[in-house]
Amino acid sequence: MNSLVLRLIATRVAVSLLTLLIVSAIVFGATELLPGDVAQAVLGQGATPDAVTALRQAMHLDQPAWLRYVSWLHGLLTGNPGLSLVNHLPVAGLIGGRLPNSLVLAAITTAFSVPLALAIGITTAVWRGSLYDRIASTLTVSAVSVPEFLVATLAVLIFAVNLHWLPALSSRSGVHGLFGLVRVYAMPVVTLSFVVIAQMARMTRAALVNTLGSSYVEMALLKGARPWRIVLRHALPNALGPIVNAVALSLSFLLGGVIIVETIFNYPGLAKLMVDAVATRDMPLVQSCAMLFCLAYLLLVMLADLAAILSNPRLRYR
Amino acid sequence: MNADRPLVEVDALRVLARDDSGQERRIVDDVSFSIGAGEVVALIGESGSGKTTIALSLLGYARAGCRIAGGGIRVGATDVRALSAAGLTGLRGRQVSYIAQSAAAAFNPSQRIMPQVIESAMIHRLMPRRAAEAKARGLFRALALPNPDRIGARFPHQVSGGQLQRLLAAMALITDPELVIMDEPTTALDVTTQIEVLRAFKAVAREKGTTTLYVSHDLAVVAQIADRIVVLRDGAVQEIGHTGPLLAAPRHAYTQELLAAAAPAVRMAPPVARTGERPPLLRVAGLTAGYGGANAAGMPVLPVLRDIDFVIQPGSVLGVVGESGCGKSTLARVIAGLLPAARGSVSLDGEALPAKLQDRSREQLRRVQIVFQMADTALNPAHEVDRILARPLVFYHGLRGGALRRRIAALLEMVQLPARLGRHKPGELSGGQKQRVNLARALAAEPSLILCDEVTSALDTVVGAAILDLLAGLRRELDLSFMFISHDLSTVRAFCDEVMILYAGQRVEFGQRRALLDRPMHPYSDLLVSSIPELRTGWLDGISAAHLAEASGGIAAHAIELPCAFYNRCAVRVEGVCNLQKPPLRPLAKGAEILCHRTEQELLAAQSPQPAAVLVH
Repeated sequence: MNSLVLRLIATRVAVSLLTLLIVSAIVFGATELLPGDVAQAVLGQGATPDAVTALRQAMHLDQPAWLRYVSWLHGLLTGNPGLSLVNHLPVAGLIGGRLPNSLVLAAITTAFSVPLALAIGITTAVWRGSLYDRIASTLTVSAVSVPEFLVATLAVLIFAVNLHWLPALSSRSGVHGLFGLVRVYAMPVVTLSFVVIAQMARMTRAALVNTLGSSYVEMALLKGARPWRIVLRHALPNALGPIVNAVALSLSFLLGGVIIVETIFNYPGLAKLMVDAVATRDMPLVQSCAMLFCLAYLLLVMLADLAAILSNPRLRYR
Repeated sequence: MNADRPLVEVDALRVLARDDSGQERRIVDDVSFSIGAGEVVALIGESGSGKTTIALSLLGYARAGCRIAGGGIRVGATDVRALSAAGLTGLRGRQVSYIAQSAAAAFNPSQRIMPQVIESAMIHRLMPRRAAEAKARGLFRALALPNPDRIGARFPHQVSGGQLQRLLAAMALITDPELVIMDEPTTALDVTTQIEVLRAFKAVAREKGTTTLYVSHDLAVVAQIADRIVVLRDGAVQEIGHTGPLLAAPRHAYTQELLAAAAPAVRMAPPVARTGERPPLLRVAGLTAGYGGANAAGMPVLPVLRDIDFVIQPGSVLGVVGESGCGKSTLARVIAGLLPAARGSVSLDGEALPAKLQDRSREQLRRVQIVFQMADTALNPAHEVDRILARPLVFYHGLRGGALRRRIAALLEMVQLPARLGRHKPGELSGGQKQRVNLARALAAEPSLILCDEVTSALDTVVGAAILDLLAGLRRELDLSFMFISHDLSTVRAFCDEVMILYAGQRVEFGQRRALLDRPMHPYSDLLVSSIPELRTGWLDGISAAHLAEASGGIAAHAIELPCAFYNRCAVRVEGVCNLQKPPLRPLAKGAEILCHRTEQELLAAQSPQPAAVLVH
């Protein structure tokens, strides 16, 4: 570890924080632009103008936008993102109840998809041009091009409606034992993995094929190294940067996929919470959920950047 | 094994390559030769002669798209062609080992050096790790590597090119193989570094009695190393002979051609008309440039050029010579406006050129054109040649329609290419043809000055010589001036009127072409000229101790900031003077200026008085 690496890391972290700040402004601005007045929405069509004005004052909606932005930002930083407009519960508590569910779904999907994708990517790169490679490539291209709402809907139609093998809704209440959990998570996880695995596998293959064509790989071959030693010791470490980036990008794609999948399977996660909040114009909740998604995305991309920096000895040792 | 039998026998070897259309053609055809135990045999030929393909087939290996289709290969008691895949891994790195052309590419950038050097000993389970590491350190010492006990802990990017090449040799020798294949092991190195590496290779090979197959395109290098030479052309053997007789009396016409191309003829230029009144075409004064932004003093963080002065007369050719990293290409970039200078001025016909490209007028841009070394990367691979040439004609001259087509045809004729090539893309042309298109693109602007950056370096000797002929002809016809950048002294001497020698960004010598021939010269010029391999056996062993010490010194860190950049290597330096005071500009009687504290008499006494043999015709 040297000063150059520390400086690079510090720069990445600083850029991420700055991005987050800009994102917070955009999220706040975007929710401001949404049509409809919250006070009007809460009180309903029959409310008197006085009541609406009083509520607007109570909610600080009469203050200028920048002041509300600053106090909201301050609330976020101090861990108090405000109260839900709909049921007056703390936003932090609402999110706290749902976030673990989403994290479990993301973690299971990651644990399932990353090893599988790397295995497919590495084996297709090693046996590039073979029948296996061509079949795998065709399948991954097909998987990338099918949107996940279609996959999810088809899965529900086939496995839940027609075959009755799996529950159509992924509710964890009243589920016991490993088999029960597998039944609940099978469809959401497989749906989410579908596109993600295909992307990761293709990018892993591309990065590895690139290094397999290099002179040092030929040199290892001419030293008498066997194929797996060449791949694991010489090609893979040099393809690590691009592969980690591919994995991070794909996993961040999960965040988008989660919204659709949680909605279709009615899974009680963060994305479902956010979709419901948009429907009820519960702005503090929407804003906080959006910030969380951005934070997760930035964290993944930053981790990938750090992994790429740390896996490059040219940067670690000068 | 029969003691009379040679160690290696290649018999009627045939290798086929599959082209894009799926057709197979012979790239190595009916090649037979043998190597005796302890012998050094060289395969020599130009690119496409099949020399690397033959060398790799001794490892039972053919690159993608190629296959060994016939013939016999025997190494020791092993019939290489009969080996299974597992048998081949047992052969490679154990019985036969390989030293690649570019050590920088052959080392895995993500691993430290030591595990890579001993990897073949580990793979073949020859000795425990500790023993292998101890043996590697012994080899590092024998190969004259600095810090033999610690260099293995470094990463490849932390050591120099010459050191990496020797580390690659240690990698090849760690298993005491029966045969070592060296594939152009010094081609990517500077001449002064090459001496050191060649001497280390030769000493170790002699001491261990290693049987070696040495692959090269450079006859002069081969003359120093090989016992016998196999001359190849288009995948077939032209001549096989012992080194001395083959160089002295080549029998085959192609060997004679190679020998002739190794010492290029001077393309005599017409004497430059010095009217006296005519101002210089290009004047560069006090130029300092570099990369990485400017510091508080306005100097670049990584200075590359310092206080460069020179002029180019109309119609004359200035050669710029120096080793990699000396700032030659940066100089061309500054003059072309690609890199703004930190200090100093560049003026064309007495008119100052703005430092930045975007501040220059179209007319100023038109008059200075640059031709890059790699035509492959300089030409857009997606455009046909016609379109590549049309772009500057439309941009600078507004040509269109019939006039545009006629001008494109004239340009192709000017660079001696058939007009039908205009419809091809660069990828379909040969290296020499691509460089001609590259040149035609520069000519299309009708410039006054062409900056040629190593334009013949990536080409074979014979093809490069044809490009030089073309440049000399164009110069006569079009009254063009050139700045001709090269690391190859004989090329510069064949084409240039004046030469400028750069060392670590300082202009150490500037003078007439003869400056490269007559001593005394700047101590660095002397080292550079003496480092060019001569086409006679025994040259390598006869290099003076002073030059050897200079050659192995290596460029000092921040050399450009020293009063004299060459100080740490110089054999005639004066302690307390050269490291403290800026050297004066000293005119020499031969018509050159050098930057040196030593007087002409002192330098003459220190330098061998006979002219450099390679440059004499």
